[in-house]
Formats: sequence, structure tokens, C-alpha cells
Amino acid sequence: MRIDIEDLHVAYAGRTVVAGAHLVAAEGEITGLVGPNGSGKSTLLRAVYRHLRPTAGRVLLAGTDLRELSPVRSARHVAALPQERGSDFELSVREVVAMGRTPYKRAFAGEDAADRDIVSRALADVGMDAHAGRRFTALSGGERQRVLLARAFAQDPDVLVLDEPTNHLDIRHQVDLLALLRSQRRTTLVSLHDLNAAASVCDRLHVLHAGAVVASGPPRDVLTPELMAEVFGVRAVVVDHPLTGDALIAFDHRAPASPQAPVSGSRPATVRCVR
Amino acid sequence: MPSILVRRRSKDAAAEARSLPAGRSAVVLGAALLAVLTAAVAWGSTSIPPGEVWGVVWRRLSGEAPRPGTDDLIVWQLRLPRALSAALVGAGLGVVGTAVQALVRNPLADPYLLGISNGASLGAVAAIVLGLGAGGGLGLGLSGAAFAGALATFALVWAVARRGGGFAPLRLVLAGVAIGQFLSGFTSYLVLQAGDEQQTHSVLFWLMGSLIGANWQLLAVPAVAVPAALLWLQARARGLNALLMGDETAAGLGIDVTRLRRELFTVTSVVTGVLVAVSGAIAFVALMVPHVCRLAVGGDHRRLLPVSALFGAVLLVTVDIVCRTAMDTQELPVGVVTSLLGAPALLYLLDRRLGSGS
Repeated sequence: MRIDIEDLHVAYAGRTVVAGAHLVAAEGEITGLVGPNGSGKSTLLRAVYRHLRPTAGRVLLAGTDLRELSPVRSARHVAALPQERGSDFELSVREVVAMGRTPYKRAFAGEDAADRDIVSRALADVGMDAHAGRRFTALSGGERQRVLLARAFAQDPDVLVLDEPTNHLDIRHQVDLLALLRSQRRTTLVSLHDLNAAASVCDRLHVLHAGAVVASGPPRDVLTPELMAEVFGVRAVVVDHPLTGDALIAFDHRAPASPQAPVSGSRPATVRCVR
Repeated sequence: MPSILVRRRSKDAAAEARSLPAGRSAVVLGAALLAVLTAAVAWGSTSIPPGEVWGVVWRRLSGEAPRPGTDDLIVWQLRLPRALSAALVGAGLGVVGTAVQALVRNPLADPYLLGISNGASLGAVAAIVLGLGAGGGLGLGLSGAAFAGALATFALVWAVARRGGGFAPLRLVLAGVAIGQFLSGFTSYLVLQAGDEQQTHSVLFWLMGSLIGANWQLLAVPAVAVPAALLWLQARARGLNALLMGDETAAGLGIDVTRLRRELFTVTSVVTGVLVAVSGAIAFVALMVPHVCRLAVGGDHRRLLPVSALFGAVLLVTVDIVCRTAMDTQELPVGVVTSLLGAPALLYLLDRRLGSGS
């Protein structure tokens, strides 16, 4: 299933954070969302998994406006991995993953054999099947993130929405998680801070700046030195990755693009949109 | 065996989630409830054999004429309504405590944190001091005043907490704590104005919680409200589970978080009002029962809610037996015993938890 976002406006805490965003997440592709802090990535994703209601514009799921679907119905198609990490309430790993079955269950209904099967498969997919009986809060950060991803898999979604899934993970866990996403071949909309990770795992990228999409296209076309300067306010060159051949962005960590470069707030003068 | 090995093993065990199966826990707790209820009716200044306890109940329920003598009076009019009140209030506190902890996503919360009990206490104390609770006992007028105080407080906390939208947990707690403190200031003032020793005694008993005023009439409301609330919450157990992970996670699972919070706050407030109106503000039970039950059967609300209800009932019936029989000359308020037992028990549990390196 594809996601179309059309002229989306979303307010968060009384402020319009997403203002007129357009983007497409194509069927079976990994679509990346990048942009500086405060550019509206998380807020845009929250509108897709229905934590926030758009103030204007639409989110279309396979052509249907999300507002025409009940929250439960859209949760059967769209699963989210927000940045929340849960709190200590003595839930086991299996119980956390089984939460993914929530949109399919009526009140009082228990899990049947099919549910248990889906939960076990999701646990196996993320390599956590040996830890099903452990307390969720006793896990390490990387293990927790895999369990939360398994919960999203257990929702049996057509579309995965992931907000900074590699945050706080060491490099090996980042690589494992992104490889897992690639192997799943589901329609995926993912926000990432690490531009090099985005360049190597995403089929297409959308660059968000001050609440609007200012560039879209294959990573190599989007991640240019000019865009790094205008949107992120940093100096960078783009070279070929010696191992993979992907775009590799090498940053100048010593000085920003220009001393008074606006890091966020106003949009850059030149806006490209490759479609 | 080297002690380091033993310690290591217990650490691993703590990392494993719950160990007890929920079904067996429920059966054991159900049997325990029947046992403590029987004991509660049998024990006291006049002891009645357990067989005779059930005999009286059977004759009453089957419509036979009660046998002449004091046994029927003691069992049916005095001790049974009181024991059943203790069971209902304990079950209600366990269930409401579990729900409020999910509502504000904090395992250290209890329903009194939201100010409702302070409002109920103010209503009750006002009634005692102004002379509405005729006879000094915890009668119907007093319960009515307490419930009215609870509802007024609920409306006030609602009005403050809803601003900014969504009944955010922190906002709800802050509104409840602030309004609760404000109201308890009034209560303290009223206590100072109490006319005589009898009034002061009644007020103290109310503030610490007691089942001394229990009767069949007072029992009717919680007998409906507590099972209804348990059923209502049980139907939303998956939603409560999702709330534990966070509002965004819950929204992503198809749950209307704002609506669920609003409904949870309403249901838990009304039930808290009902319970406090019957028994006064009994400390610690609503905080401790969900904690203990979570350690036993885990955090999944589909198991946790019924187990908390049963354990809360067993606990409060037992505590009330202690309150009635510990001293020859007078009764202890329930809150005294629950605080004296509850606080160390809670510290022990927290210590175990933190010690397990979670």
C-alpha cells in the first residue's frame, strides 16, 4: 500500500510544525525522511499513525483519506514505532509484542493460535525469540528497540512508520536494524538523523525543512553539497562509498557552512523538487 | 556453593517476567477470600462456629425463618455486611488503583493522588462538624456528603486538567495534587472547629478509614459499582496495556487515547467516590495491591485487573479482622493498620525491585 501526503498541515503544542508538506511513500519501497531538528519529521509521522490530527491537507492510504477510516481500521494497515520506550510495569517481551494484535481483537477476546503464531514469528524476525519470557525493562536499549519493532511486525501492517529507529543504538545494532528493514520489503516510511544511513538504506528521500518538503528523490540526487549548506547549514562533499558505492557524505565538523546560516526557521531561497 | 553464583541466579530470575500462572492465582485467591470472609464473620467478641456462619447465611438466602437467638443478628446484621463491605472496598481499591496507575502511567500513583478522596473527606467532615451525620456513626447522610464532595472535586480537577487538551498524565496529577491540598486545608480548619470530643473522634475515624458503619443499605452502591467498573475496565484491558507504552504507541495501535483517558478518569473518580463514601480514605491499599499483583502475575491488565480485585478483597477483609480484634477496648481505624503494614511491605518490594538491577 502506498501513502500519499498532500498539502499536510499539522500543529503540535499550539504551533504549526508541518506546513504544506507533500510526499509519496511508494509500495514496497523504503522512503526516508531527513531534516534538521525541529523540521517537522516526527510531527509529520504522528499524523500518519494518527497520534495527531492534520489541521489541513490529507494523508491518503492506498488512495483513501485516513479520516474516513476508524483508528482501529487504519491501525490494521499502518504500524508505528514512535520514539517512546515504555515504562516499568512488569510486562514481558512476549506481552509487549502481543500488543501488536490489539487492532484485531474485540473486548474480552484472548489470543488464539493464529495470534500466537504471528507473535512468535515477529519475535523470530528480530532475533528475540529466545528472550520472550524476559521482563521488557530488563533488556538493553538495542534489544528493546528490536522488541518494539517486533510489536510493529505483529500488527501485520502494510505500511511501517518508524521515527528515528536507530537513535541510541550502537553502530552494530543500527546496521542490524536497517538490514532487517531492507529484508522485510514492506512499504516503509522512516525518519533518520544519520544522512549516510539514509543514503544507503532508502530508495527515496524527502528532505523536510521548516515543515515543508524541500527536496525529494533518490538519495544521490537529493543529498548535494548545496542542500547540506542550505538546509542543514553544514559544509560537506558527497563521494562514492568505497565499500558499497552508495553516496557517502563527508562533513566538515570544524565549521558551519556560514557563520550566520539559518539552521531552521525560514525556508531556503532555492527549493528543488525532483519527483 | 560460592555465594556469587547464588546471587547471580536470583538476579536472572528477577529479569524473568512473572512466575505464577494467573488462573491458579485467581483460584487460590478466590478460596482465600471465602476463608477470610468466613473467619471475619466467625471471629469477634462472640465467636460463632464457621458451620453456624454458613448455616445462618443459607437460611437467610433460602428464605427459611431465622432461628431465634443472637447468632442471626450477629452474623446477618452486623458481621456479614461489614465483611462484604471490606471485600468490596478492597476489591474496588485494587481495581481503581491498577487503572489509575495506567491512566497516569506511573506505578507509584494511586486514586487519592487525583484529589477525589480529599474532596470526599471535606464533604464528610463538613457533615460531621455541621451536624448532618446524626448519631456520630458513618450513616447514609455522611456517605451522601462524602460522595457529593468527591463529585464536586472530580468536576474541578476535570476543568483544570482538560485545558491544553488530552488529559496529559502530568497535568492530571498536578491538578489533582494541587486541588487536593487546597481542599484538605479546608478540612483541617473544620477539624479545629469540631464542637466536642465525639465529633473529633468521628472525624479522625473518617479520615483514617473504617468499616465500622457498614450495613446492608450502604453496601448496595459498591456492590453494583465495583463489579461494573471491573467489567468495564476488563473490556478495555488492551487499551490500558497500550497506555503503559506511551500515548503515541497507543494511538498507533488504533486507540483513541484522549477518549480513553477521559473515560478512565471518570470511571475511577466515581468509583473512588463510592468507596471513600462507604469506608473513608483507606491508605496504601490502592497503591500496594497492583504492585504486589504485578510482581505475581505480570503487567498485562487482562490478568492484573481480576487478580488485583481478589487480592484487594482478601487483604482488606483480613486487615478489618485485625482492626476489630486487636484491642479489647476499642476498634482501630483501617488506615492505621494498612499504613503500618503497607509502608514497610512497599519498601521491601521496591528494594527487591531496585536490587534486581532493572
